[in-house]
Amino acid sequence: MAEPRPVLEMTGIVKEFPGVRALSGVDFRLFPGEIHALLGENGAGKSTLIKVLTGVHTLDGGSITLSGRPVRFAGPAQAQQAGISTVYQEVNLCPNLSVAENIFIGREPTRFGRIDWKRLRREAAGLVDRLGLDIDVTAPLSSYPLAVQQLVAIVRSVGTADGEGAGTKVLVLDEPTSSLDRGEVLELFALMRRLRDEGVAILFVSHFLDQIYEVCDRMTVLRNGTLVGEHMVRDLDQVGLVQLMIGKALGQLDELHEHQLHADVGEPLLEAEGVGRAGGIEPFDLEIKKGEVIGLAGLLGSGRTELARLLFGADQPDSGKVTVGGKEVAMSAPNDAIGAGVAFCSENRKTEGLIPDLTVRENIILALQAARGWTRPIPTAQRDELVAKYIAALDIRPANPEARVGQLSGGNQQKVLLARWLITRPQLLILDEPTRGIDIGAKAEIQKLVVSLSEEGMAVLYIAAELEEVLRLSHTIGVLRDRKLVARIANGPEITPTRILETIASGEHQ
Amino acid sequence: MSTTTARPKAADSHPTSKAARVLADRRLPVMVTAALFLVMYAAGLSRYQNYGFGEAQVFLNLFIDNSYLLVAAVGATFVILSGGIDLSVGSVIGFTTMFTAWLVERQGLPLVLVIPLALGVGALGGFLMGYVIHNFEIQPFIVTLAGLFLYRGLCLVISKESIAIGDASVSSMAQTQVSLGGAFLSIGAIVALVVLAAAFYVLHYTRFGRRVYAVGGNEQSALLMGLPQGGTKISVYTVSGFCSALAGLLFTLYIQSGDPLHATGMELDAIAAVVIGGTLLTGGSGFVIGTLFGVLVLGLIKSLIQFEGTLSSWWTKIATGVLLCAFILIQRAMTARRKT
Repeated sequence: MAEPRPVLEMTGIVKEFPGVRALSGVDFRLFPGEIHALLGENGAGKSTLIKVLTGVHTLDGGSITLSGRPVRFAGPAQAQQAGISTVYQEVNLCPNLSVAENIFIGREPTRFGRIDWKRLRREAAGLVDRLGLDIDVTAPLSSYPLAVQQLVAIVRSVGTADGEGAGTKVLVLDEPTSSLDRGEVLELFALMRRLRDEGVAILFVSHFLDQIYEVCDRMTVLRNGTLVGEHMVRDLDQVGLVQLMIGKALGQLDELHEHQLHADVGEPLLEAEGVGRAGGIEPFDLEIKKGEVIGLAGLLGSGRTELARLLFGADQPDSGKVTVGGKEVAMSAPNDAIGAGVAFCSENRKTEGLIPDLTVRENIILALQAARGWTRPIPTAQRDELVAKYIAALDIRPANPEARVGQLSGGNQQKVLLARWLITRPQLLILDEPTRGIDIGAKAEIQKLVVSLSEEGMAVLYIAAELEEVLRLSHTIGVLRDRKLVARIANGPEITPTRILETIASGEHQ
Repeated sequence: MSTTTARPKAADSHPTSKAARVLADRRLPVMVTAALFLVMYAAGLSRYQNYGFGEAQVFLNLFIDNSYLLVAAVGATFVILSGGIDLSVGSVIGFTTMFTAWLVERQGLPLVLVIPLALGVGALGGFLMGYVIHNFEIQPFIVTLAGLFLYRGLCLVISKESIAIGDASVSSMAQTQVSLGGAFLSIGAIVALVVLAAAFYVLHYTRFGRRVYAVGGNEQSALLMGLPQGGTKISVYTVSGFCSALAGLLFTLYIQSGDPLHATGMELDAIAAVVIGGTLLTGGSGFVIGTLFGVLVLGLIKSLIQFEGTLSSWWTKIATGVLLCAFILIQRAMTARRKT
C-alpha cells in the first residue's frame, strides 16, 4: 500500500523562549486517518510543538504545510478555521455555560440576529449523538465529571471544524487521559477510533505508554527539543521507546530496590500517638525513625494526603499528640512543623507550592528565608552559592537560577520544589505524589534522591499512587483504607504489589 | 462499526439530593433577592399601611427615584459578568451632569445635540479603559480607579460651582408623567426599563452576550476556544461607560443641575445592587433581572427608612452593608458547593 500524502507537515520548527531553546529544527508529519503519538520526557518540547501548530505560540523558524498549502496561524481561532482543533490537558471550556452552549459558542445558529436556542440545542444533541455519546446538552457543563467535560471538548472541536466548512482535518489531544479512569479512557479511545475511521488525523499526547500502544498507529519521539525519530508503533517495543525518550539504557531503578531493603535505620525521630481528625482520618499511631523511608499506600481518597497534612500542621489534629525528637510539638500550624524540622512537598505543585512568576532562585530560597524570618535576609553570596549547589545536585534544567519557574517542565518544577525544602535541612521530608505527571527519567532521579537522603539520615514519608514505586523505596509501608491506617508492613523480598493490594482490599495484613 | 460506547452518567458522580440541586441552581440567588424584596415590601405594607405605603405610586416611585442607579447597575452587570469591575461609574455620572449642564446652560446647545455627545463621551471613555485593560493586561480595578479620578477632576475643570439648569425643554421633560392607570412613571424610569430589557436581550440572545458569560466563566478557555476575548472585554467597558453616561443624563434630568460632586461613590451602590442581585463577583454567573431586584431592594430600604421618619438616612448605608455581607456569604456557599 502506497503511503498517502501527509495532511500536515512541519519542517525545521524552531521556537525560543527567553533563556530556553524549546524546539530546534523539529520535523513532524501527520497522515489522514491515523492516530499519531507525540512522545518525549517532560521538557522535550511536546507542548511547545503543539502550541506552535495551533497558533498559540508564533514560529521562530521553519514552516508548516496543511493539505499541501503553507500556513501560518496568528491564533487558535485561525488554526481552528483551517481545520486544526485542539483539546488541551486542562479542559478549556466554560463550566458556567450549558453543554450545548459550550459546543457552539462563537458560532451559535442565529435567526434574525438573535440566537436560535432551539436549533442550538437540537444541533448539539445531534452532534453528541453522532459521536455515540449520551450527554444531556441542556445541563450546565459543571454538573458533569471531568471525563465527560473532556468528551464535550472533543465534540466541540469536531463540531467547530465541521461548522467552519473545512471539516476537522487534524485533532490534537494534549494529555486528555491524565485525569480519567480506565472506563473513561476506553470511552475516549472509542471516540478517537471513530474519528480516525472518518479520516481525521489525530495527534495524541500521553504519559501512559500502554495507552500509546493500545490506540496509536505511529509515533514521533522528541528529546530536548530535537527530533529523535518517527516510528510505526508496531515496529518499536516499549523498552526501545523508553530508551529513545531518555536517551540512555534503563536498569538503574532495579538496583535501588535491593539497596533500600538492606539499609539500616536509626533512632526514633517522630512519634504520633492517636493523632486524628474528624472527617479527615481516624486516629493513628506512627513512628518514623531517622533515615527511614515510610511509604503510604492506599487508594485515592483513602486518607494518604490527610495523614501527611496532620503531621505537617496544615490541618489541625483534634486528638492525639506528636513528638519530634522526644519533644512534644503542638502542630497547630505549618510553622510549628517547620520549626521541628518537618518539610512538606504538596501534591499540587502548581497551586500549593511554586510561584510560577518568580525565578528558580527566588522559589528555592523562599522556605529558608521564611525560616530565618523576613527581617534577616540571606547574604547574596551565600544565597547564590546555595542555589547553585542545589540546582547542580538535583540537575534542574535549564541550570539558570534566573529562569522563571512557570517556563520549566513539570519534572523540573518538582525538583525546584524539592530544592526549596531540602535547603532548610529538614529531619523529616514529606513527599506527596512527587512523581505524578512527570516523565520516567525525572521519576528515576527523584527516587534516587530519596534513597540518598535516607542514607544521609533524613526520614522520608513517601506518598505515591504507584505501588511499585512505594515498594521500591520504603523500609516500612503504611497501608490506608477508608481513612484509616490499617497496617504497617516491614518491607522485604516477600512483599509484592499483590500483597499490598490484598491488604488494601481486605483491610488486614496476614 | 461495532463500537459500543459506555454511556456516561452524570448523576453517578454527583450528589443529587434535593438540597444540593437547589443550591446548584444558578437562578437561586435571583430568587432569594426577589423573595427578599417581596418580604420587605409586605413588611412595609403591614407597618405603614395607614400612611399610604400601599399606594401604587409609592411602588412606581421606586423606579422613578432609582432610574439612574438601575441604568448604571445594568452597565456594571456586564462588567462584573465578564469578571471585571468598573469603579469609574459614579465619576462618569457626575461628569455627565456637569458636561450636560455646561453645554445646555453655558454654550446654549440644543438637547438633541447634547444627549448623543454626552453618551459618546461616556462610551469613548469606557472603550479607552477597556483598551488599556486588555492591551496592557492591567487590573481593571486600577484602570477604572484612574478613570474615577480623571472624570472627577474633569468635572472641576468645567466649573468649580454647580450649574443649575433652567432650560425649558429639560424641565418639561423632567416633569413629563406617563400615566399608568392611577399612577405614573417618569421618562427616566421608562428609559431605565428599556435599557434593562435591551440588556436582557443582548445577554441572552446575542453572541456578544454569551461571550460575556464565557469570558467571565474562564477567560483562558474563552481565548483557547477561539472567542475574541479581547474585543469582548473592551466592549463590556464600553457598554458600562455608555450606561454610566446615560445614567448621568437621567440623573441630570432628575436633579436638574450639574455639580462636580454629584453621584460620588455611586459606583459602589451600583456594584452592591449587582451583587445583591445575585451576580457572582468572580464573573460568569448571574442575571440582569437580578440587578433590577438588587436596585429595588436598595430603593425599598430608602423608602422604608423615610416612612419610619425617625431614622437617620445613614441607616440606608448600614442596611446595605449588612445585606451585601449576607449575599456575599450566600455566593461563597454556592461556589463552594459547586466545586465539590
